[in-house]
Amino acid sequence: MRMTAAQAMAECLQREAVPVVFGLPGAAICPFYDALSQTEIRHILVRQEQNAAHAASGYARISGRPGVCIATSGPGALNLITGIATAYMDSIPLVVITGQVVSDLLGRDVFQEADITGSCEPFVKHSYLVKRAEDIPRIFKEAFHIASTGRNGPVLIDVPMDVQKAELDFAYPEKAEIRSYKPSSQGHPGQIKRVLAALKEAERPLICAGGGVFSAKAEEELRVFSERSGIPVVTTMMGISSIPPQYPRNLGMIGMHGAPSANRAMNAADLLLLIGARVGDRAIMSPMGLSQSATIIHIDIDPAEIGKNMGTDIPLVGDARQILLQLLEKLDSPPVPDWTAEYRPASPVQPVPVKEGCVCAKAVMASLFRQAEEDAVLAADVGQNQIWSARGYRLARGRFLTSGGMGTMGYSIPAAYGAKLAAPERQVIAVCGDGSFQMQMMELATLCANRIPVKMLVMNNGRLGMVRELQDLHYGGRQAGVLLDGNPDFAKLAEAYGIRARTLSNASEIDRCVQELLESDVPFLLECRIDPAEPTL
Amino acid sequence: MKQTISILVENHAGVLSRISGLFARRGFNIDSLAVGITDDPTVSRVTIVVNGDDYMVEQVEKQLNKLIDVIKLRRLPAGDTVSRELMLVKVACSPKTRSEIMDIVRVMDARVSDISCETLTIEHSDTADRLEILCELLKPYQVLEIVRTGTIALEKGGSVIRV
Ligand SMILES: Cc1ncc(C[n+]2csc(CCOP(=O)(O)OP(=O)(O)O)c2C)c(N)n1
Ligand SMILES: [Mg+2]
Repeated sequence: MRMTAAQAMAECLQREAVPVVFGLPGAAICPFYDALSQTEIRHILVRQEQNAAHAASGYARISGRPGVCIATSGPGALNLITGIATAYMDSIPLVVITGQVVSDLLGRDVFQEADITGSCEPFVKHSYLVKRAEDIPRIFKEAFHIASTGRNGPVLIDVPMDVQKAELDFAYPEKAEIRSYKPSSQGHPGQIKRVLAALKEAERPLICAGGGVFSAKAEEELRVFSERSGIPVVTTMMGISSIPPQYPRNLGMIGMHGAPSANRAMNAADLLLLIGARVGDRAIMSPMGLSQSATIIHIDIDPAEIGKNMGTDIPLVGDARQILLQLLEKLDSPPVPDWTAEYRPASPVQPVPVKEGCVCAKAVMASLFRQAEEDAVLAADVGQNQIWSARGYRLARGRFLTSGGMGTMGYSIPAAYGAKLAAPERQVIAVCGDGSFQMQMMELATLCANRIPVKMLVMNNGRLGMVRELQDLHYGGRQAGVLLDGNPDFAKLAEAYGIRARTLSNASEIDRCVQELLESDVPFLLECRIDPAEPTL
Repeated sequence: MKQTISILVENHAGVLSRISGLFARRGFNIDSLAVGITDDPTVSRVTIVVNGDDYMVEQVEKQLNKLIDVIKLRRLPAGDTVSRELMLVKVACSPKTRSEIMDIVRVMDARVSDISCETLTIEHSDTADRLEILCELLKPYQVLEIVRTGTIALEKGGSVIRV
C-alpha cells in the first residue's frame, strides 16, 4: 500500500497494537502527528517531554509491552533524555520517536536541530536515524523487538521531517531479522546442573530478586521455586513486589535503606542466588565481602552484568522465568531447613513521635498499605518519600514502581498515570516529596484533561529531605540549598486544576484522609504535613 | 597486558562512534583501533588492541557484544596471530645522511615510497614492536611526520571469524 512515511509510522504502531502514546508535538514531528490523529491510538499530551518518557515507562512496566513516547526535534527531544536514561538504567522497554530537521540540513545547526541519536547514545539500547522512508517498517519492527527482548531498554527512532513526508510501499515484516542480535533466553543445561549441585551443598542459601524478575514475568516461578526449594528471598528496591511481602520466606528489602535483618541475612548466607539483580551499589554495598563468604550464582539475561560488580562462581545467562522453570524441572533435593529465624523482619516500621501540626510519614504509609486494594500499583518518587514507601510496602498482589537506577526526581506522577492507562481497573497511587512534586506538577493538567484518576500523596516536609538528612549527618548540619521556601499551598494548587485535595496535619485524621484518597474515582491529591526532622529510617 | 579483539560489525554510519564512545564512557584504555571493509561489503572488521587486566578486557568484550551492530567478536590468542601495522615516516635528509637512512630502511625491510631533495618518506608494515625499532633507529635524524594505522590481525592457522 502506498502511503507517506508518517502514515507508515502510525500504521506500524497499530500493527504493534499500541493503544496509547505519550508526547508533545512541534514542527518537525507534525507530519507524524497528523497521521496519528487519523488512527484510533490514544495520544496523551504531556506538559513537558520528560514526563512522556516516564509515563511510557509506567505504562511499559504494568502492561509488559514497550511504552511509546514522542517529541519534536531539538528541545523536545532533549527534554526526553532524562526520561530515556531513567528507563535505560531500570531496563524498561521504550520506543522513543523524535522528529528531526530536514535531512539535507543535518549538521548545519539549523533551528531546533539537536543530534539526539548522538546525545542519547549512552542511554539507549539502540537508535536509528532514518535516512529512507522505505526503511520505516523494518526499523519499527526491529525497534519493538529490540526494546522488549533480551535485556529490555529504550530504542530511539529519529525521523527527519522530509523523510516523514516521503512515500513508500507499506509492508510490515512478520519478524525482525537482525543477524547481530540473538539474545538467549534458555539457561545452559550444564550451568543449570552446576547450580543444582551447589544448592545441595548449601546450608544457608538465599535468593536475591531484582527488577529482572518483572522483565521476565517470573513472579509466579520465583515464588514456586522458593517454596519448593525452601530458599528464602530478599529483594532489591527494584525487586519489591516481585514476591508478596506476606510470603513467609520473604525477608524484605536489602541495601543502603533496606531492612537491617535482610542485610544481615545476606551476610550470613553461604550461597547467594541473584536473579535479575545487577548488584547496584545501593543494593549491595560490599560485593567483595559477599563473594568471599558465599557461593555466588548470578542469573541475568545480560551477560555483561555477570561479574561486573561482583565475583561470580556460577554465571547463568538467560531469561529469569525460563531458568527458574529449568531449575524447577530438575530440582530433586528436599527443601532446605529454615535458617532465617534470626533474620525475620522486625515488626512493621514503627511510627515515631512528630511535632505538632504534622503527621508521621511512616504512619501515613502504614495506613495507606492497610487500606489500599491488594493489587494496587504504587509509584514512589525519590528521596525520603521513596524509602518510606519502599519500607512500608505491604500490598499482597501489588506492584511497586520507582526510578531505582537513576533516582530521578519527578518520576512518580507520570509513571503512575502511565500505569493507570495500562491497568485502568487497578488502584494507582503516586507518592512524592514536596521537592519532587514540583518537578512534575505540570502533569496535574494531563491528569485533568484525560481524567486519569491517579491518587497522589505529597509528603511535604518543606525540604529536599533526603539531602537535608545527608547534610545533617555528614556536613555538620549546615543546610545548603535544601529549604523549599516558596512552596505553594499544595491542596489549593490541585484545586486550581479542578483536582480534589486534602491537607493532612493531624494523626487522628490519617485513616480517614487516606480512605477518602483511595475511594475517590477522580484524581485526588493528599498533602501530608511531615515533620522536617522525621528521619528516613 | 595487551590484548587484541577482532570484531565484525554492520558496515553503516555511526557504528564506529558507538564503539569508540563505549571505550571513553567506561574508561577502557584503547591502544589502537583499525577498521576496514571485508569481502562482504555489508560487514566491516574492527581490530582493537586494549591494554588492561582480564577483568577489563572481559568487560570490553561483553559491552561491545551488547551493541546491536556487533555481529561477532573474538579475542585473538596472544602470540598466535599474524599482526601488522602500517607506518609512514617522513624524515629530513641531506645528501650526506640519505645513504645512512637508506641503510636503515634496507636492514629493516622497509621501503622508500617518496623522495625529495630534503626528505625521504619511508613506508613500513610490520608488527607494532618492529615499527618501534624503526622509529628508534630514525631518531638521530630529523623525523618530520609519522602516521600509523593501528594494528590489524588475523589468527594463525585455520581458525576464521566470519558472519
Ligand atoms: C532530578 C534530581 N535532582 C536531584 C536529585 C538529588 N536528590 C535526591 S533526593 C532529593 C530530595 C528530594 O526532595 P523531596 O522530593 O522533597 O523528597 P524528600 O526527601 O523530602 O521526601 C534530591 C534533591 C535527584 N535525585 N533527582
Ligand atoms: Mg521534601
